[in-house]
Amino acid sequence: MAKSKKQRKPKLAVWKFASCDGCQLSLLDCEDELLGVAKHIEIANFAEASRAISKGPYDISLVEGSITTPHDAERIHQVRRQSKILITIGACATAGGIQALRNFKDAKQFVSMVYANPKYIETLNKSTPIADHVFVDFELRGCPINKYHLLEVINAYLNGRKPNIPTYAVCVECKRRFVPCVAVTQAIPCLGPVTQAGCNALCPSYNRGCFGCYGPKETPNTSALSSYLLAQGRSREELVHLFRNFNAYSEAFRKESEAHEK
Amino acid sequence: MKEGKTVNACLLERKHFDTLLDALKVRGYKIIGPIVKDNAIVLEPVESVTQLPIGWVDEQSNGVYRLRKTDTPTLFNFTVGPHSLKQYLFPSVQKIFMTQRQGKSTESTVDEKVERKKKYAFIGLRPCELAALHIHDMVFIGGMYSDPVYQVRRKDLFLIVVNCTRAGGTCFCASMKTGPRAERGYDIAITEVYEKNQHYFILEGGSDRGMSLLKELKQGKEIDGRVQKVQELYTKAVQEMGKAVETSKLKDILAQQLEHPEYDNVGNRCLSCANCTLVCPTCFCSTVEDVTELSGASADRIRKWDSCFTLDFSYIHGGPVRLSVKSRYRQWLVHKFSTWIDQFGTFGCVGCGRCITWCPVGIDITEEIVKIRG
Repeated sequence: MAKSKKQRKPKLAVWKFASCDGCQLSLLDCEDELLGVAKHIEIANFAEASRAISKGPYDISLVEGSITTPHDAERIHQVRRQSKILITIGACATAGGIQALRNFKDAKQFVSMVYANPKYIETLNKSTPIADHVFVDFELRGCPINKYHLLEVINAYLNGRKPNIPTYAVCVECKRRFVPCVAVTQAIPCLGPVTQAGCNALCPSYNRGCFGCYGPKETPNTSALSSYLLAQGRSREELVHLFRNFNAYSEAFRKESEAHEK
Repeated sequence: MKEGKTVNACLLERKHFDTLLDALKVRGYKIIGPIVKDNAIVLEPVESVTQLPIGWVDEQSNGVYRLRKTDTPTLFNFTVGPHSLKQYLFPSVQKIFMTQRQGKSTESTVDEKVERKKKYAFIGLRPCELAALHIHDMVFIGGMYSDPVYQVRRKDLFLIVVNCTRAGGTCFCASMKTGPRAERGYDIAITEVYEKNQHYFILEGGSDRGMSLLKELKQGKEIDGRVQKVQELYTKAVQEMGKAVETSKLKDILAQQLEHPEYDNVGNRCLSCANCTLVCPTCFCSTVEDVTELSGASADRIRKWDSCFTLDFSYIHGGPVRLSVKSRYRQWLVHKFSTWIDQFGTFGCVGCGRCITWCPVGIDITEEIVKIRG
């Protein structure tokens, strides 16, 4: 890969599905690093940054958002066909996002409650991650993603190496920053022990429990955490709310919240 | 390190405690000591005695740490907090070298410069932490190869230990023979006495420089008889220690009980979050990450604290070896109390109880050992 870039810069495209744009904004948010990145890759299709769009195929596609409409379920296949490497960015694209809360209810009811003329709304009953529809080469977690992770993945691609993206718990980041555990010092319900690192323990460093923005860690033991919280006097309802956030539809968090719903 | 028999001792009144800190400052030390921060007692720079946790007491149990302010103006009436010497001597994130391409060739130069650190004086360490330091010395600088990052930080430390006159809720140092009184490896050992409106400290020198510093302090009243009195305080600490590990034949028992069903039970409870290993003052595992510059012209190698509880820790060609959480817990426990002895000749546990307090689901290694011993 290092050789081919001498001849032609790799082309990057950014795609949006059902999402808030926060993750793709992280690329623009790389203010100090953006010119450096542009030296090595051609930002060929990024509507949020420029109307100048070059045609595909693309070497890297960053995909933001989840699949929520029949149209998007088609479109993602077109994106996949034009992309050598497809990387999903953020909780929506990797787990269905906060809009996947609809998956636990009947979406049609929401549509009829929200819209005056529901007949114009064409929506799927579930919000699903990109990997449910097409092959995904790499997933960047987070709500939103960490911009340094995005740079790291692009950097790793350019240099033909494995990206340094951790899969262990947020607790490791707390400890490396010497943040005393908020669960142990204050009995704050914290998803840190079952959530993948990546935010550099942002919430615990501000005396908050982890909300699970990066989704389940490797081998997450959600049921052991729940049992402990129940023994501490937390209610099952609280547990449902705890696991139903931005990654509510990720397998581990979904199963855990469903286990406490009845 | 000097053997710390009580050669020289003195009594320091509370009102003169600042003179101890002043004597360290005059010698050019940056003082690190216990302070209250983020609902815990942590180790941070200390300038004056007023920053110490005056009147604070910690209450610890499985998965629980709480601080309570009392009216008794003691300076050291707490036990170990979440931090230890480890964070200063073995940084959690450390660049270990930088390499740069030379022109068009792929030749690399390596810059392995290890920055010099300030001379640190630690005050308020506990006897178990000195025992942990002794273990880290064996691990990092005791073998054939020395770790330069640790070595440069380890040099010139001034160590002031505070003997424990109260046991924390998760302490088990007495059974690991690392406390409540420090036997060696310190420059000065302090025992705090607070009774009937008398507040003073018994200071014992454990090294030449420790003893020479003691001479400069404003000496209190006669010390005779009081050294005997503090013995009673250590005995009280041992008596109130609620946890213990039966160490006899433990190395062999654990080696023979690798398939004990208790590992299934604890594997179901364990979150594999790594908290126990990261608060452990003897755990020393790290991983390295190579980070390239975008153009690939240079790369840094970064060393970070790692843990045997992560999946990636056992990643080798073909995949990770310890897929189950049970196997990770067993690896850790057996290392601490069995294979550590093969490796370094001591237990890898000093009985500080941090892994019990800071486990988010309160798993207790002493209880696990009781079950596995059968």
